[in-house]
Amino acid sequence: MNRKLTTLALAAAMAAGPAMADLTFPSLSYRTGPFAAGGIPFADGYADYFTMLNERDGGIGGVKANVIECETGYNTEKGVECYEATKGEGALVYQPLSTGITYQLIPKTTADDIPMHTMGYGRTSAKNGNVFSHTFNYPANYWDGASGAINYLLEINGDDISGKKVALVYHNSAYGKEPIRTLEELQKKHGFELILLPVDSPGQEQKSQWLQIRRDRPDYVLMWGWGVMNQVAIQEAANIRFPMENFIGIWWSGAEHDVMPAGSAANGYKALTFHNVGRDFPVFDDIQTHVVDKGLAAGAGDQIGNVLYNRGLYAAMLAAEAARQAQEMNDTADITSGMMRDAMEQLEMTEERMTELGMPNFGPSFKVTCENHGGNGMVGVTQWDAESQTWSLISDFKPTDAEVIGALIEEDSSAYASENNIEPQCN
Amino acid sequence: MFYREAGDFKVSYVEDSQTFPIKFDRYRYYAVLAVAFGIVPFVINDYWANAILLPFLIYAIAAIGLNILTGYCGQVSLGTGGFMAVGAYAVYKLMTAFPEVSMFIHVLLAGGITAAVGVVFGLPSLRIKGFYLAVATLAAQFFLVWLFNRVPWFYNYSASGQINAPERDTFGIIITGPNAPAWATYLFCLVFLTFCAVVARNLTRGTVGRSWMAIRDMDIAAEIIGVNPLRAKLTAFAVSSFFVGISGALFFAIYLGAVEVGEVFGIQKSFLVLFMVIIGGLGSIFGSFAGAAFLVLLPVVLKVVGADMLGWPTDIVAHLQLVIVGGLIITFLVMEPHGLAQLWRVAKEKLRLWPFPY
Repeated sequence: MNRKLTTLALAAAMAAGPAMADLTFPSLSYRTGPFAAGGIPFADGYADYFTMLNERDGGIGGVKANVIECETGYNTEKGVECYEATKGEGALVYQPLSTGITYQLIPKTTADDIPMHTMGYGRTSAKNGNVFSHTFNYPANYWDGASGAINYLLEINGDDISGKKVALVYHNSAYGKEPIRTLEELQKKHGFELILLPVDSPGQEQKSQWLQIRRDRPDYVLMWGWGVMNQVAIQEAANIRFPMENFIGIWWSGAEHDVMPAGSAANGYKALTFHNVGRDFPVFDDIQTHVVDKGLAAGAGDQIGNVLYNRGLYAAMLAAEAARQAQEMNDTADITSGMMRDAMEQLEMTEERMTELGMPNFGPSFKVTCENHGGNGMVGVTQWDAESQTWSLISDFKPTDAEVIGALIEEDSSAYASENNIEPQCN
Repeated sequence: MFYREAGDFKVSYVEDSQTFPIKFDRYRYYAVLAVAFGIVPFVINDYWANAILLPFLIYAIAAIGLNILTGYCGQVSLGTGGFMAVGAYAVYKLMTAFPEVSMFIHVLLAGGITAAVGVVFGLPSLRIKGFYLAVATLAAQFFLVWLFNRVPWFYNYSASGQINAPERDTFGIIITGPNAPAWATYLFCLVFLTFCAVVARNLTRGTVGRSWMAIRDMDIAAEIIGVNPLRAKLTAFAVSSFFVGISGALFFAIYLGAVEVGEVFGIQKSFLVLFMVIIGGLGSIFGSFAGAAFLVLLPVVLKVVGADMLGWPTDIVAHLQLVIVGGLIITFLVMEPHGLAQLWRVAKEKLRLWPFPY
């Protein structure tokens, strides 16, 4: 009886799904709500890269890429609706750009055999591919970010930050809480003092946190913020005259729209990154000729070259590369999400390949394996110049504390595995 | 013609006092039950279950719960989101601590725990009324969300503070986690909704419900005729929170599967359920269903029409959605302040006289 019911349900689901013709890349974007300022450039970059491939090369391996956009508003319920609405269309890979939605989709995508790529966000321990078979977070994750920030502080302080005070201003959600454990471990290792300052979502109200910073006078402030929280924090830091060069944001707190509202007061603000900034790459010429000049740019078309636009572009490039590799591996142009997953697990990005794609030194080179879904975790630092209104890379991509992070990942992923009875998939 | 008492003879007291005394109503009720239990599970797919039916069923339970408190007993509450969070975290702690126990029992226990919490936060209602009580329940909302964010025991010390529903079954059928078939999750929620609706309907027709309504209509007069306000108000809080707790437990365990308290059970959730009750109709079980259906379906319909069929940009559709839903709420409240339930009541009055209105 059960079997019959399931078959019936399955048949109904299959009848509802249309035939696969294109390579479908759903984009769970958010162009509305308090986080839209970050969601728009990312979604534009993601869509524009696939448009460029379609216009310039006729798609990937001769098959057009089809980006279906679905508005989530950074809301998990709408995220579920979007996932269910798009998964029947032959979706190859999901990139929800929201830690909350990621947590929900990890078990769902695993059950539906669709890979999910959470680049620089989501559940950090998904790096352990042994447990998280369908979730990928290359090239870097939050714990790499936390360690990268501390490494940078070590570097500018001559390898000694014992006794220094480091404050973490974070979005009081799953996203903002992610780095705390790593920072606590690193605190023990390097002997600095960690002050935790949660900011409730969406983060317009931060007076008390910055009052505390003014009172405690930490040497450095790290920030895990997103959306409107970033702008408010940078403005508040300017108001209490906190030296901007000692204020370091995670990569989600370091885009143009975050620093612009504070004007010249934001000069010198730093942010971590795992990919390069600016539009000084050959790929932007192709985007100009094949996308912008033809009037095909996504959104308002005013975001090109922004930090988060580049990140969307980078995410799209990695997805397109994996799709191309899946086509080569299976010798077919019409790939399935299962083939896509296998290809993502063997993805290798080299400097030569990125140069070929018109993106030299755009991101670190890395290789994904079955055990390591997270790449090498190379983290760089960028700094904002308010006068020329540009971000520039001041510290190149450097490795993070793999020892501390590896142990934490092992601990968290094995807890998840035992909670959900997951057998290790690699052998 | 369709809808009338004439010719529908009752020969016993039981028949006379049944829930739906009019034949048409009764058959409609049986037909809805037959479709919901007998047909929908066979044709349901993942999209219909997860995007439309599960949220509708679960919000309907929450709306019934709030309707008991606000619609029947007149105690305005803005703490629904917080009480749903209590249900969600209670079921999470129960299902991780006792994995072998059936989910039916866990969900009911979660409702019971929420009822106890609701009674505690209902105590101020004995001294304060109206807007002031709304503020007190608002405090419950913020306190509960803060508590679940703050104390790691509630989320089993996970790194991110999220709770995830592990795979659990009932009668050997998986009903939580990603491998749960759509029909099973749907039926599980439907059983709870039917149970809650029947209990609520019968409670509101009996002594307890009458004492709630007496308190709602005029508490001093109610006290004079012998209604104990302490008992009436606290039972309303307990029953209401029990239902809201069940809905919160289902919302987390069956529908979302992973929850972060601040985002999912924030103040917006309280307002959403309150809007459902107001739009559906205060003091009406049918209104709870109508309000939940209205606010769950409308955004999905607008999205499907705007973005999928007409191909408009997603952000324009999302903004239009806010405009249209807001506009409709205002229109409804101006044209029909008693909600969708009153529209249905008016339609029934018309049907009674049709085709010979006088």
